[in-house]
Parts: sequence; C-alpha cells; structure tokens
Amino acid sequence: MLIQSTVFYFFSAILVASALAMISVRNPVHAVLFLVLVFFTSAAIWLLLEAEFLGITLVLVYVGAVMVLFLFVVMMLDINLAKMRAGFARYLPVGLLVGIVMAVEMAVVLSRPAFDLQKPEAKPADYSNTQELGELLFTEYIYPFEIAGVILLVAIVAAITLTMHKRTRAKRQSPAMQVSADRAERVRLVSMDKD
Amino acid sequence: MIDWWQALVAPFPPLLLTVAYMLVFILVLFACVAYATLAERRVLGFMQVRLGPNRVGPQGLGQPIADALKLMFKEMILPNDADRFLFRTAPLLSMAPALAAWAVIPFSEHLNFADINAGLLYILAMTSLGVYGVIVAGWASNSKYALLGSLRSAAQIVSYEIAMGFALVGVLMASGSLNLGDIVMAQQGSILHWYWLPLLPLFLTYLIAGIAETNRAPFDVVEGESEIVAGFHVEYSGMGFAMFFLAEYANIILISALTALLFLGGWLSPLEGILPAHAFHLPVIGVLLGSGAHWFIAKTSFFIFCFLWFRATFPRYRYDQIMRLGWKVLLPVTLIWIVVEGVLLYLQLPPWFD
Amino acid sequence: MTMLKKIRNLVRSFTLSELLRGMSLTGRRFGSKKLTVRYPEEKTPQSPRFRGLHALRRYPSGEERCIGCKLCEAVCPALAITIDTEEREDGSRRTTRYDIDLFKCVYCGFCEEACPVDAIVETRVFEYSFFERGQQVMTKDMLLEVGEKHEAQIASDRETSIFD
Repeated sequence: MLIQSTVFYFFSAILVASALAMISVRNPVHAVLFLVLVFFTSAAIWLLLEAEFLGITLVLVYVGAVMVLFLFVVMMLDINLAKMRAGFARYLPVGLLVGIVMAVEMAVVLSRPAFDLQKPEAKPADYSNTQELGELLFTEYIYPFEIAGVILLVAIVAAITLTMHKRTRAKRQSPAMQVSADRAERVRLVSMDKD
Repeated sequence: MIDWWQALVAPFPPLLLTVAYMLVFILVLFACVAYATLAERRVLGFMQVRLGPNRVGPQGLGQPIADALKLMFKEMILPNDADRFLFRTAPLLSMAPALAAWAVIPFSEHLNFADINAGLLYILAMTSLGVYGVIVAGWASNSKYALLGSLRSAAQIVSYEIAMGFALVGVLMASGSLNLGDIVMAQQGSILHWYWLPLLPLFLTYLIAGIAETNRAPFDVVEGESEIVAGFHVEYSGMGFAMFFLAEYANIILISALTALLFLGGWLSPLEGILPAHAFHLPVIGVLLGSGAHWFIAKTSFFIFCFLWFRATFPRYRYDQIMRLGWKVLLPVTLIWIVVEGVLLYLQLPPWFD
Repeated sequence: MTMLKKIRNLVRSFTLSELLRGMSLTGRRFGSKKLTVRYPEEKTPQSPRFRGLHALRRYPSGEERCIGCKLCEAVCPALAITIDTEEREDGSRRTTRYDIDLFKCVYCGFCEEACPVDAIVETRVFEYSFFERGQQVMTKDMLLEVGEKHEAQIASDRETSIFD
C-alpha cells in the first residue's frame, strides 16, 4: 500500500508540475513536450488503477501518434512570441472568466455522488482488463461503439475530401506510374552502322 | 539447474533481484547491440566482396570496443543556438523506448521479465515512442538538415505504424490474445502452424514496416546521406552520436525479436511435428532439439541478418514512393488480409484456426 | 497501359520477384571469395616500371652517374628538382646539390626518361613518410643512399622492362 501511494504521489506530482509547465513555458515546442509528459504520467496513474488497456492505449494513441503530429506542426510554426504576448492584459478578463466557469462546472459535476467511488477491489492476476472492455464494447455498448466508428470514418473522409483537390496547373509525379514503368517503355535499342 | 539457482538467490528480496536481472540483461543487450554494429559492417563487407573490419582483435571482434572508447572520449559539440537540454536528452529519448520494450519479451515459456496481458499493446506503444528521440534531436539541433530529417522521420514512422498496427491486429485475431507468451503458444504444432504461413501478407508487411520504423535502408531517408548529410543526427558527435547509433541497432534487434515471436513461433522448435516425440527426451540433444530460448535467439539473429541483407541489396526509396508504399500498398494489403483472415477464422480453417 | 500489363505488374510486385532476385545476387556474393588485399601482409603486384620514391644511381665502379646536365630539372613539370653543379678536381662536372621536393613531385617519371645516363630513377619504394616539415626534400645524399639500397632491384627492373 505504501509503495502504491508513493508511486501515485510521485506520478501525480510530475503530472501537476508538467501540466503547469505546459501552460506557462514560452517555447511552444517545450509546451508540447510537457503535454507529452502529462499524457505519459497520467497513463502511469491509469496503470496504477489496473486500467492497463486504457493506460497503454493513451500512450499509443496520444503520445505515439497525435502528439507526434502536434509536434510536427508546432515545429513548423514561426511564432512571434512578443506579438502573442501583446494582448495578454486585454484578453486576461475573458480568459479568467472562462477558466472560472470551467472550474465551477467541474466542481459541480465531480461532486455528484456518481463520482464518489470507492477504490475497486484488487482483481486476481489472471483478470484481463482488455477482455472485459472488449466484451462490454461488443455486447452492451455495440451501437454507441459502431456509431462512434462511423462518425470517425466520416471525419476521415471529410478531411481527405477537404484537402484532396487536384491542382490542374501544378506539376507532380505519380509514383505509381513511375514504378510500373518497364524497360521497354524507356529504352529503345537501335542498331546503327559502325561508321 | 533452476533449483540451485533459486536456492542461491532465495535470501535476496525479489525487487532487488528483478533490478539485478534487468541490469544484467541491459548489459547483455548493449553488448549485442555493439556487436550488431560489427555484424553489420562485416556482413555488408562480405556482400560487397570485401572483408570489413577485421583488424582489432581476431576477426575484428575488438572493433566495437575500440569504437566505443573512441566515441566516449570525443567531445560532444553543442551547436549554436541549440536547445541545450533537449539536445542532450534526445539520444536518451531514442534509446529508452527500445530498451523498455524488452520488458515484455518472453525468451522461453517461463523466461521473461513481465508477463502482462496487454503485452502486444505495450510493445506497440513503446515502439511508437522512438520517434520522439528523432524529432526532438532534429528540432533541438537548430539545423536545416536535422529538421528535414526529423520531419521525414515523423511522417514516415506515423505512416508505417498504421500498417504495422494492422499486421499486429491480424496476429491477435489469430491468437485471441494480447499476451506475447500466449501468442507464441497459440502457434504450437509444427513449422507450418506458425503464423508466417496463414498470415503471410501480414508477415511481410510487418517486416517491411519494421524496417521503415527503424529507419533502415532502403527506408533510411531520415539519414539520407546523399540529400541531407546525415539527417537528424548531423549535429551530434561523440557519445550523443553513439547513443543514436546504439538506439538504431537496439530497435533492429527488437523488431527482429518481435517478428520471430509473432510470426515464427518465438521459442518453439521448428523440429516439432517432424521428429518423433521421444527425440526431445534424448539426453543432451533433446534439449537442443526441443523448444527453448536458443531457438528464439536463432530466429532473431536470422532476422537481424535479413536487415543487413536488405541494406546490402536495395537502393534507397524516394520519399514520395515511401509514402505511397505505406499508404497505398501496405495498408490495403493488411486490410484485405484481415478480412480474409476473419473469414478463415469464421470457417475455423484447420490446422491454424480450429 | 493494357490490362495484361497491369496484371503482370501486379503479380511481379506482389511476388517480390525483383527483390528476391536482388537478394539472391547479394546472397551469392556473401559466400564468394573476397577481393580485399590485406595490405601490410599482402601487396598488389608491382610493375617493373612502377614510379615510386626517387633514387640516384652509381656505376658499378662507385662513380655517381649524374653528370649535372639538368635535363631532369628542365623537364620536371612540377619544378620539384633543384640542381647546382660545379667542376670537380678531376675536371668532370658533378652536382653539388640535387634536391627533389617530394611534395611538389607528381611522380610522372619524366626525369627518368630525360636522363641520358640513367642516373635519376624512380624505384618501387612507395611506403615512406615524414614527420616534420622540411623532411620532404630529398637531398643528394639521401637519393644516393636510396639508390645504393635498392640497386639490385633497380638494375633488374631496367633489364626486364622495355625502356628504349
């Protein structure tokens, strides 16, 4: 028990500290990397809750894929820090207001008895979190799950149709055509007289 | 043998023992990684009809040690306006996931560090983290070439991870488990029961995606000597460079080990189902013929050799062709085969899915 | 593109036949005999006309061959040779200084060709090095010493090769 709470407080401290650092550091790349640390430590805390499937998926999806693309984009930005900080005082009241509203909302939601959970019993060693989740998802919650899948599919198709438009004037190569070319199309052997 | 060992370690607390085992294992792994560099240079040499490094010690066996010593004593140069902290952290970020993933790799039925249920997911998560080392290195170097290399790497790794993930989905559909030990046990029978045969397209996809994931030739546009000097690690020298080098080889060994586990039956003996059962109970040869960690190591070594073989054979892909291969060839192949596999599973096709 | 060709392409790329062909080539080379020459132990054969370090020769009597005609100095394209001459007590002309700057020398062998008495020659010696600046200038004494050391080899090379 002692070890568990030590580990919990260790990761929580890192989590809170890196979350604070994420919103306060000046360099956007550092901020993204702190966000990665936040995801990582929260995954560790989920592991403590024996939610190994969710914890690892958090690392896999958010840290491994989403944040990489985030970092990708942020690295390309040329952010003028001075310009960004210029309106700080002007936007402060609005920001504070939004923040307070969010804090109050969260307090209201989290103080409901539904969140007043006791720590669940420790499960036996052969208990498979993944299997339980899978069984629930594909029996009880099959329709919400499928609908979520379809919505994601729509989002993918939409994103592709928004970005895929053939520019008629742009010159571009088609790798598919290039790799399917064979020697006969490119090389013509001619026999010529020796002189 | 197991008994006297357990008697010997009995007085020590288990946590301490685990840490000690890990340290020993990491040392062994580092030695393997160091010698993988030598193997690469010698195999490449042999395939190019030359000898490769053979001067330091017999057959060049001292070469990795000499290289390590040289790199350790070299200065690590910090470029102008580099991000000091991230520049120094990046090599660790690329090294750590490659080592961490080994925690769930089973060497034989009872020989592993952690036998966790979501082992395959853990592996996938860890291998997807390796890209951070490359991206952070490229950004922190404050160099055009390094940034270009890391951008290429980010796009390439994210793209191939999808095909890789689908190949793994095929494996876990076939085995019905995310636990690596269970996956291997599900392949039991004979060499024809291993998943390379029913999942052949996924096996090849996984191998190709694995090569792309480790940024090895022919997918090494991340380093791309002919275009962007050395890519993301162009600014690194001394130990920082060595760490990237070691991380690359650690990743190669990891991917090879995973391919062996998932598609070639891990520690299972290929002679199972061929030799009569009593052959495995022969005094000394029986242990060698039967399943065990040595088969796992042999299969892993075979794939490491394949990595080197590919590097010696294939010219580097052009960048847009890499993207085409990942998205337009490998991804559809895996998707189609997962559907086919679903049908096979539904039909309970013997001998694999019954 | 015809349908047939499309199908052929598809089959060709999905059977990985080209990749396997490439791999079989490198695989065969893996076991083949290596071409590497393990240098300090093994050396590639040298031609008798090999142009290495320079030497000044003597006649069998011990008299130095060079008569100080300066043809080599004149022909040298890199201006590597510097010669001073003086009349000796017996009335014959001999060099007092014969320097070859090995940094300038391009080992073209023109000096050898120009020499009417086969005095300046290029030997088969190619493994030499200097540790300080200035050592690259071969003086007359050094050149004569090289000549004495390798006279047998030099003479036999001149026999076997087809110098006009």
